[in-house]
Amino acid sequence: MTKNVDAIVVGGGIHGCSTALHLCLAGLKPVLIEKDYAGRHASGVNAGGVRQLARHIPEIPLSIRSMGIWEKITDLLDDDCSFESYGQVLVAENEEELAVCRARVAELNALGFTHEELIDAAELRRLVPAVADTCPGGVVSRRDGAANPAQATTAFRRKAEQLGATVREGIAATNIRHTDGLWHVDFGAESFAAPVLVNAAGAWAGTIAAALGEPVPVETVAPMLMITSRVPHFIDPVVILRGRKLSFKQFKNGTVLIGGGHLATPYRDRNETVLDWKSLATSARTVFELFPVMRSATIVRAWAGIEAKTKDDLPVFGPSSRHKGLYHQFGFSLHGFQLGPGAGAVMAELIVNGGTQTRIGDLGIDRFHPSTL
Amino acid sequence: MFKRSEQDKRPSVQIFVDGVAVAARQGDTVSAALLASSCDARRSTAVSGAPRLPYCMMGVCFDCLVTIDGVGNRQGCLVPVAEGMQIEIQKGKREIGR
Amino acid sequence: MTVAPKREDYDVVVIGAGPAGLAAAATSAEAGLSTLLLDENIGPGGQVFRAISSTPVTDRNQLGADYWVGADLVQTLRASNAEVIHRATVWSLDRNLEIAVSIGGASAFVKAKRVILATGALERPFPIPGWTLPGVMTAGAAQTMLKSSALVPDGRTVIAGQGPLLWLLAAQILRLGGRIDRILDTTERGNYFAALPHAFAFLTSPYFAKGLSMMREVKAKVQVVSGVIELSASGDGQLASVSYVAGGKRETIPADLLLLHQGVVPNVNLAMAAGIEHRWDDLQLCWSPVLDASGTSSVAGIAIAGDGAGIGGANAAVVRGRIAARAAVEALAPAAATRLAPMATLRADLAKAERGRVFLDTLFRPAPQFRIPAGDTIVCRCEEVTAKDILDAVAIGATGPNQLKAYRRTGMGPCQGRLCGLTVTELMAQARGKSPQEIGYYRLRAPVKPITLAELAAVPKSEDDIKAVVRG
Repeated sequence: MTKNVDAIVVGGGIHGCSTALHLCLAGLKPVLIEKDYAGRHASGVNAGGVRQLARHIPEIPLSIRSMGIWEKITDLLDDDCSFESYGQVLVAENEEELAVCRARVAELNALGFTHEELIDAAELRRLVPAVADTCPGGVVSRRDGAANPAQATTAFRRKAEQLGATVREGIAATNIRHTDGLWHVDFGAESFAAPVLVNAAGAWAGTIAAALGEPVPVETVAPMLMITSRVPHFIDPVVILRGRKLSFKQFKNGTVLIGGGHLATPYRDRNETVLDWKSLATSARTVFELFPVMRSATIVRAWAGIEAKTKDDLPVFGPSSRHKGLYHQFGFSLHGFQLGPGAGAVMAELIVNGGTQTRIGDLGIDRFHPSTL
Repeated sequence: MFKRSEQDKRPSVQIFVDGVAVAARQGDTVSAALLASSCDARRSTAVSGAPRLPYCMMGVCFDCLVTIDGVGNRQGCLVPVAEGMQIEIQKGKREIGR
Repeated sequence: MTVAPKREDYDVVVIGAGPAGLAAAATSAEAGLSTLLLDENIGPGGQVFRAISSTPVTDRNQLGADYWVGADLVQTLRASNAEVIHRATVWSLDRNLEIAVSIGGASAFVKAKRVILATGALERPFPIPGWTLPGVMTAGAAQTMLKSSALVPDGRTVIAGQGPLLWLLAAQILRLGGRIDRILDTTERGNYFAALPHAFAFLTSPYFAKGLSMMREVKAKVQVVSGVIELSASGDGQLASVSYVAGGKRETIPADLLLLHQGVVPNVNLAMAAGIEHRWDDLQLCWSPVLDASGTSSVAGIAIAGDGAGIGGANAAVVRGRIAARAAVEALAPAAATRLAPMATLRADLAKAERGRVFLDTLFRPAPQFRIPAGDTIVCRCEEVTAKDILDAVAIGATGPNQLKAYRRTGMGPCQGRLCGLTVTELMAQARGKSPQEIGYYRLRAPVKPITLAELAAVPKSEDDIKAVVRG
């Protein structure tokens, strides 16, 4: 028997969960279908960076929208998601990199964005005392911070369910089809139908889009992270680098998370990744040079989450260019976590109101559509 | 808590625990030497500061974590003693960057 | 003393130098395969033959004949061409059979055509109130100190729990002049009846007579309390007393040392981190790898031998090691396999060695209250998470050990769940009315043993790095 709902959201990452929650807030009754469990993949195991800093310009409005939600996340979810805001700092390791930073901040200012701020060596040292003293400065985004990704994604899922979303986990959505003006999706023996389908299936979303006739140049990637045992507190902001691949964050409990985008080999259909220790060693070397105090810290665990990366590193976000009632929300290309809350809010506006005040025009799937080439 | 059997004829090895000389035997692990000694070898945990001593002695429980010759968070039950070895009992989170 | 592996590639890499690993490495090397044996300990022997080449306990009767069998295995290995490295901690193994190993503070990578995991067993968690107090240890810990350093308890000592090791340890402590004040036997009364149908196999197994005489030897010297149904340790920063309930009566006795033991379970961390499929074993109450008759796992090229393949004891471990090695030889150098004992003979040996196991597993099946704690009892020793913390998380939506990480840091400390994983699975299964198989286990990740950032930073650069440097 088919159960009729207002919307079907495929994918229980932070995006799918946030969209389901915001649909509930708008008075709709969605079903959320997740093949494993909410937050099993990239959303639950990413670095947890809540970052407006160093974003591609087309996604900055969405990021700013999201930031406003993060700052009131407890009001929304009854869960603080371990969100903390000590800023994010992009470190220039030399004068050339600092010059690039200067140009970037000027460009943003010209566009009316003021969240990124150029800092000199003294301010960098004030914010990040442990950084190697050869670094001449960088950029700070002071409202940025970090959250616990598994806790946050789980909190979105939980709140969505409390507000009336039906959550189905453990079996993949299958047999996705559009008949008689409705989207139909099977979950095991169950079948759901709705006028709206949101494709938020992360690494698996490209396959869904392609099956519905909207192929997108997207690949499956698995950025690696590693974490240390607890060490005494020595750094507040999240640190990323201008040149080399590194992101660096110490949690309240003392553990230090080291990431930056070196990739594991993903085996998407086995939910498995094989880590590349030679690349992780590169991250370790970068930390070794930049934060001498970290040299004797111990690495206790490393992992990688499976996600989708598009050719232009921008998400596919907004209505389908082919099908009525179909919306895409995937391809966040290693930087989707912070966008989750805002993207869910905007997606709900698109679905319920048919439009949004937030500028997302450059993120549509039609940019990949042959007719636009 | 423990005593050495009289048949143990292994040569003695001197180690230092927080600067104090302790007699161990060749072939002892650091943890065994600490437990055989009269010194207070209780570390305190990084989470709550609770006192702990080695629990499993086979490398799985990590309650024997100790600083050996300046390197922290070593599993004392897997490292044999050596003459002149400097042992520090860890209190709380292991200091880094010294 | 701390030497890196001589080569980058081996036909066979064996991990762990206990009974299974010693036998596997010797068999593989005898057949002419390039063989590397990596072992974390100071010398060969694993746990059961701990310190076999160096023990200061020279009176052979004190450790018993079963112990000295290990010396022959080491002899055979040394006579072979196997390369053996001790104090070598394997911290990563993946499905490409790439192995990362830390030796003397430096990491090396080796690749194998076949990997035989012989990482053995560890003692089942025994999460009673107060089990994190200084002065509470495992029985295995005491036995390790006894074998490798001739150390025996000399304070007020209580041994609690059940299983063959407990009686062996007690006998060894007494023979070496150590002190035991009381033994608290937690074997459930009902287990004796449950085990009865399997008793014949046990009676005809080699363990029976030995086990019986050992129990007699211990009971002659130590007060043994059977039918213990409750157990706790207390003290302020140090064990002061042990409380127990037996025969409807609670008693509290002063103690300096409490040794706990309720059997052993496979040490699954490296195998699971390599992606090997495991299933819940309802009889042994633990995760065991899914293996074929030769010990081959779900990951091509990796076999598991010894107690890591499911608890079978030392004699079975030796045979399983030979079987796994023979299978590797058959695959890599079929002609050389003719030099080895035929598979049929090995399988018959294994059947004999495994005789009586079901009886032991049934008789010594730990009672639920000693596996599934409640209230403020610590479950995760590393992150200091209690049973109540976990049940609270279940109540607000945590469905399994991995989902629990969104609420609590259970299993995220340095031991990576070795001391809490089984407890968490069973606790959550009970709370949610599911089977342990449905609840699942932590997803384990390398490094399975922590390494310092400096050590990782020092590993050889990847080809991409070198290219990047060349490009400038």
